[in-house]
Amino acid sequence: MLSKRVIPCLDVRDGKLTKGVKFLGNVEIGDPVETAKLYYEEGADEIVFYDITASSEDRGILLRVVEKVAETIFIPFSVGGGIASLEDMRSVLLAGAEKVSVNSAAVKNPHIIAQGAEAFGSQCMVVGMDVLRVDKSQAVPSGYEIVIHGGRKRMGLDALKWAQEVESLGAGEICLNSIDADGTREGYELDLTGLIARNVRIPVIASGGAGSPEHMVQAVTAGRASAALIASIVHYGEYTIAGIKEYMHHAGVKVRRTW
Amino acid sequence: MIAILNYRAGNLTSVKRALDHENIPSQITDEPGVLKQALGIIFPGVGAAGSAMRNLQTSRLDHVLKALIASGKPMLGICLGCQIILTESMENSTQTLDIFPGISRRFDPDLRDEAGNPINIPHMGWNSVSLQRECVLFRNVPENAEFYFVHSFYPDPGPAYVMGTTHYGLDFCSVFGRQGLWALQFHPEKSGRPGLKILNNFYRYCLEQSHA
Repeated sequence: MLSKRVIPCLDVRDGKLTKGVKFLGNVEIGDPVETAKLYYEEGADEIVFYDITASSEDRGILLRVVEKVAETIFIPFSVGGGIASLEDMRSVLLAGAEKVSVNSAAVKNPHIIAQGAEAFGSQCMVVGMDVLRVDKSQAVPSGYEIVIHGGRKRMGLDALKWAQEVESLGAGEICLNSIDADGTREGYELDLTGLIARNVRIPVIASGGAGSPEHMVQAVTAGRASAALIASIVHYGEYTIAGIKEYMHHAGVKVRRTW
Repeated sequence: MIAILNYRAGNLTSVKRALDHENIPSQITDEPGVLKQALGIIFPGVGAAGSAMRNLQTSRLDHVLKALIASGKPMLGICLGCQIILTESMENSTQTLDIFPGISRRFDPDLRDEAGNPINIPHMGWNSVSLQRECVLFRNVPENAEFYFVHSFYPDPGPAYVMGTTHYGLDFCSVFGRQGLWALQFHPEKSGRPGLKILNNFYRYCLEQSHA
């Protein structure tokens, strides 16, 4: 029986974690490789790196980080942020990432999803979607609209329609981030997660709003997600991944407990 | 030295990195001479069966592989490398290497999970293997270990060769073969410590054979 996945997300800028990640003992660690190793050893099922490096000249720093991570951990990890071309995808995959995540670039040019799937396989094509709750309208009948540029630009594109389109273009997975829930720590946007997960056949990762292990249980039960993305609840040592998995297990969710 | 077969089917470096981490000497190669010298061969691969078969045929590596297997060279097929050693794949009705009788089938989209919901395709994530027979690759691997899968087709070999099964909408064969020639549907190189243990067990078997 397939396990539900627990996926920590690390924001990286210029090769460093952007937020100091504090573990037990409050030691601040800014090194993405060491942090990835720690989460790997704690039982993370996968790791997401999100690159927020501003300039493309600094891309080389990220690739060196990806290479080091690939030599250190032996679970899948994905890299997103600023992936805009087949060449960007190729360099990240060759450096050792299992998957690449495209977001804004796919909204601007959906064809890139099909090209990536054709060149590297659907299994490594994740489409990241940033979604804002809006009033239902003719253009956005589901009441969920796609936004890009970190939530700053509304696209007049319906999230459900977009999810089905990316699936038909060959995406292997959707990482679904609710702008409304993100940072609130009040739980995932379960209506949105359920709506998308029920209407595509590819796996959906719930993202945005995790404040407790109970929220993660909700994401993979009521929300029907295959995986739950987390950040601050583990970065500051409040919860461990092993502890979260133990909680989910006792709540009746199948999770991987041997590593 | 373990040879990682290069037939231009996806990313071979993740297998290489896992072997490096375990201090297992290895080389990514498509040279028949190097393959022949190797203690054992890993046959990895992601992507589509059709293009992988074309690459193998164009380079005549299909014949090289069959000859090496006939000579008793240990081999480990992973993911697509596991499906392609069967007779046929339903992926674009491709004739494959026919080293074991069997067919690669697509997951039926009507299959349901334990909660009664339609399964996601691909089967992506961590799942367990229920061993049907003893297999040296799983020596000292915890019984409840899980492994990383990502695939839309699954191998269905002759029942005599099934070594382990996995449940996803149905029980499918995730480990098959015979002593010295194994095929895994999951990715040991991406399955944490239990996966690395399997690669080590393969290497140990190759070493023992070379000394036998």
